[in-house]
Amino acid sequence: MIRARNLTKYFRVHRRPPGIGAAVKSLVHRHYETVKAVDGVSFTIERGERVGFLGPNGAGKTTTLKVLSGLLHPTGGEVDVDGFVPFRRPRELLGKITLVMGQKSQLIWDLPPAETYAMNRAIFDVPRDQFERTLKELTELLDLGALVDKPTRQLSLGERMKCELAAALLHRPTTLFLDEPTIGLDVAMQVAVRDFVREYNQRHHATVLLTSHYMDDVVALCPRIIVIDQGKLIHDGDLRQLIKTMDPHKRVSFTPTNHVADDELAKLGTLIGRDGQRITVRVTERELPAVVGHVLSSLHGADLAIEDPPLEDVLRAMFGKTGKGNAEAAS
Amino acid sequence: MIRTLKALPTLLRIGVAETVAYRAEFLVWILTMTQPLIMLGLWTYVTRDGAFRGMTSEDFTAYYLANLIVRQLTGNWVAWQLMEDIRLGTMSMRLLRPIHPFYAYAASHVAAIPFRTVVALPLAIILLASSGAHALTHDPVQIAAFVPSLVLAWLITFAVMFALGSLAFFLTQTNALSEVYFALFQIFSGYMLPLAIMPRPIAVIADWLPFKYTLAVPLAILTTQLDGHELGALLARQGAWTAAMLVLAIGVWRLGVRRFEAVGG
Repeated sequence: MIRARNLTKYFRVHRRPPGIGAAVKSLVHRHYETVKAVDGVSFTIERGERVGFLGPNGAGKTTTLKVLSGLLHPTGGEVDVDGFVPFRRPRELLGKITLVMGQKSQLIWDLPPAETYAMNRAIFDVPRDQFERTLKELTELLDLGALVDKPTRQLSLGERMKCELAAALLHRPTTLFLDEPTIGLDVAMQVAVRDFVREYNQRHHATVLLTSHYMDDVVALCPRIIVIDQGKLIHDGDLRQLIKTMDPHKRVSFTPTNHVADDELAKLGTLIGRDGQRITVRVTERELPAVVGHVLSSLHGADLAIEDPPLEDVLRAMFGKTGKGNAEAAS
Repeated sequence: MIRTLKALPTLLRIGVAETVAYRAEFLVWILTMTQPLIMLGLWTYVTRDGAFRGMTSEDFTAYYLANLIVRQLTGNWVAWQLMEDIRLGTMSMRLLRPIHPFYAYAASHVAAIPFRTVVALPLAIILLASSGAHALTHDPVQIAAFVPSLVLAWLITFAVMFALGSLAFFLTQTNALSEVYFALFQIFSGYMLPLAIMPRPIAVIADWLPFKYTLAVPLAILTTQLDGHELGALLARQGAWTAAMLVLAIGVWRLGVRRFEAVGG
């Protein structure tokens, strides 16, 4: 279980304008600002939950993950992971958690990933047969093949991320902090990683806390969403509920047999777009049955689809509404 | 601790693999540590017509070759590694592993020792045997005491450099501090000149600083005749400095890691 109570993390940041004059001036006098990266955030995550952490750049998502994984000492508040205080980094806790950061590598840069795996096996004291079984499973799933024998610095970003995931999971952690875990992966591999994370969560009853710029990752994996902006928690709950609260409309897409004029579509709802023959309109939930009936009976619409608005649109509207889209807090 | 010890063979193997990853750079780095050979050439020339402050040409040969060996075995670059890991945020990944970074860095440096001696050590041994052998101690107790003294010298050097590197938690850049340390080390450790021929005040100050115990003490054990009391006192003081520097290293680390900002990502 993960618990954060009124968690805060402030950074003291040196600010200076560009230019030589400012650089010289900063030698004598420095201007510091306190940035509230995480500002009084509270939540509880039960064992086995999959939670998506969303927010604009600099909202404080990664900072929160770093506090939860023990890398950062919080400025205030309380935090515990499985009963341990993370920043004390007790061995028992470190053996149970993992943090995957898309922008940071745990692989030894000059050696093949196989060497990092061997080192992690020794450091995490993973029994050799369990290590070999897990590595085989990960190699197959992530299609690692010969990659593990190639020096890390010669791997592409996508290849490195796959090897990174394997390194992070070899000790079978029960809490996964995943910060942009699919960055650099192609679409097929993104899907494979999502499937893998879900399966891992179910098989090991592992807790997953995920941040990603790919909304598909979040939608596919996380029934619960925590939205954070300018260091403050602004939503914690069910993904569908978030979408429904922010935008209670549905999107109805169909392909009519004959051309339909815009003014006729306007009677159904708000026209969002035409893509060739395909039409998408935005309708309220109350009017949905009538609109669907009309599309099927009068317009002879084929390939009818009813969908929630995309999460990207909901979040854009959400951050637009609060005027916090360009948060300056450090992430 | 038991888990750390169990992981040690693998950490040493990985350390070896890392050491040999860049062969050319490694060789050049070894060659930068051959300053004692240059000093040896200089003092051999100066003493060709007679001893200088009681030290003969053979004494200088023994001193600087032993100096080269001790320095090759005890020198390390952990301060620079720590600074880079803290400055660039790569320390994050080390902090997520259930092993204290002190042990992880130490293992990689221990693994590099055999390779660092591969160039200088055979040369030094041959030269010592041919021209400086009689200036070395023949006392088996002192020869035996040289090994623990060398281990303590390694520990003091490593702990001081670990503390220096940990200052990057506060200062971000510690290269200038490392330069200051090395300048003081050259004077007060006996690296540049034997403390025996240094002006008296420098030798007195050196007694109260840790540098002497990283080099001059193991050299003294190897190249001068000491009685049991002197040998015991030197080892005891070296042990005390080791304990003090280990406490300092872990103390600076503990205070510093609270300030770690885990930049990047």
